Amino acid sequence: MEHCQRYLLCWLLLLPVAVNASGNDAGMALLQKDCSGCHDLTGPAPTTIAGVWQRQGPDLFYAGNKYKPAWLKTWLQKPVRIRPAGMYYGRHIKEGADGDVIDSTTLKPHPRLNGEQAKAVTEALMSLRAGSHLINEGEYKPGKISMAMGELMFDKFRGCLACHEIEEGYGGLSGPEVYSAGNRLQEDFMISYMRDPQAWDPRIFMPNKHLKDRDLQKFVHFFRALAAENEQ
Amino acid sequence: MKVMLSRVMMVLLTCFLSSTQVLAAEKAEDLYKNYCWQCHGMTGNGNGVNVRDMSVQPRDHTDAKEMSARSDDEIFKAIKEGGQAISKSVLMPPWGGVLSDDEIHSLVKYLRHLCQCSGNQ
Ligand code: HEC
Ligand code: HEC
Ligand code: HEC
Repeated sequence: MEHCQRYLLCWLLLLPVAVNASGNDAGMALLQKDCSGCHDLTGPAPTTIAGVWQRQGPDLFYAGNKYKPAWLKTWLQKPVRIRPAGMYYGRHIKEGADGDVIDSTTLKPHPRLNGEQAKAVTEALMSLRAGSHLINEGEYKPGKISMAMGELMFDKFRGCLACHEIEEGYGGLSGPEVYSAGNRLQEDFMISYMRDPQAWDPRIFMPNKHLKDRDLQKFVHFFRALAAENEQ
Repeated sequence: MKVMLSRVMMVLLTCFLSSTQVLAAEKAEDLYKNYCWQCHGMTGNGNGVNVRDMSVQPRDHTDAKEMSARSDDEIFKAIKEGGQAISKSVLMPPWGGVLSDDEIHSLVKYLRHLCQCSGNQ
């Protein structure tokens, strides 16, 4: 079974390459030219810590399984920071009087695209679909959770707040903020990532908290509620 | 076409090389920087970049008094199974499954180096 999955993964990793090679499509050309210096478009994810530290931006070779296209199109035209301490966090912190702080002089604003470019790039990104075997399509079943209960789970019961902000200026700084996750990320991806972060990114510094299926669903309810609240 | 073929070969190669082998063991110092700095801090003093809104302060790994109160086995267990396994805060995550037992043993040794202490009382 394991072997089977691995072969499958290899074929999936090939897909984006095949697409690149055949298409002259504008979005893919732009990605190759202006984005591939910082983003890996072909995979696989780094398997060493040195590889994680060298990474200049998030891996995009599974973008089509990860992001919501509407969010991509908007964000690419008006990028805002997602990881308060950049990538990798250890390269963007320094010792302060009361402990480590972010060295914001080392964080650069993200390149911006115009509307036409953003549309083409979004289309190209959505065609990069490595990792499909890690996703159970339709696994997420929409539902509700109270904000109080969601926050309790995220903070007190599971300790996720240590690394993730649930509002600007509140929470941990080494991971991506989660107050926009509900708008940014596909629900089934979030479930898959929280279930086993290292299946996507073998040396990433998010722990596997062995969450139950029920809790995975509840966290996604919470992220969706947070994102809705954040939009108002 | 040639270019495409050689790229396909490259992807296949890296793919089989990387996905069929277990991750190579990493140095304790690099493990600590990657996984532990975020909370325990760049010097291990418990003041990592994440502590601002944490309800329990991460352990100061340079504090010989606190650190010598625990045996190596207890520290191993805390790292592998998380704070709750030793009746401590859930904010100390479990790293079993992410780190190999060998890597966790090397981290226990590294912590003994940081505190300049041992755990046998
Ligand atoms: C100088 C390096 C650099 C270049 C060039 C660059 N990016 Fe990025 N990109 C980053 C970094 C760093 C982040 C993470 C930003 C954050 O967390 O706030 C990022 C984030 C993103 C994200 C959000 C992904 C996520 O999960 O957070 C997308 C989408 C993206 N980049 C697309 C692009 C595209 C498209 C281009 C080319 C037009 C591009 N980037 C060029 C460094 C770069
Ligand atoms: C020790 C720090 C840490 C803890 C604790 C932690 N995470 Fe993460 N989390 C991360 C990092 C690092 C990433 C990935 C960053 C990247 O891809 O650049 C991440 C990614 C995620 C993502 C995907 C977000 C994205 O933008 O790609 C979700 C969802 C998530 N975490 C949820 C959780 C939940 C739920 C918990 C608690 C059960 C939790 N995290 C605990 C560090 C942490
Ligand atoms: C998300 C933040 C976080 C990360 C990441 C983290 N820790 Fe901790 N750690 C804590 C907190 C908080 C405590 C204090 C728990 C308490 O006192 O209840 C702690 C306590 C400990 C203790 C002391 C347990 C005891 O009471 O004797 C050890 C040992 C330890 N951590 C090792 C590590 C190692 C090694 C790593 C990296 C592999 C690591 N920690 C990563 C938050 C973290």
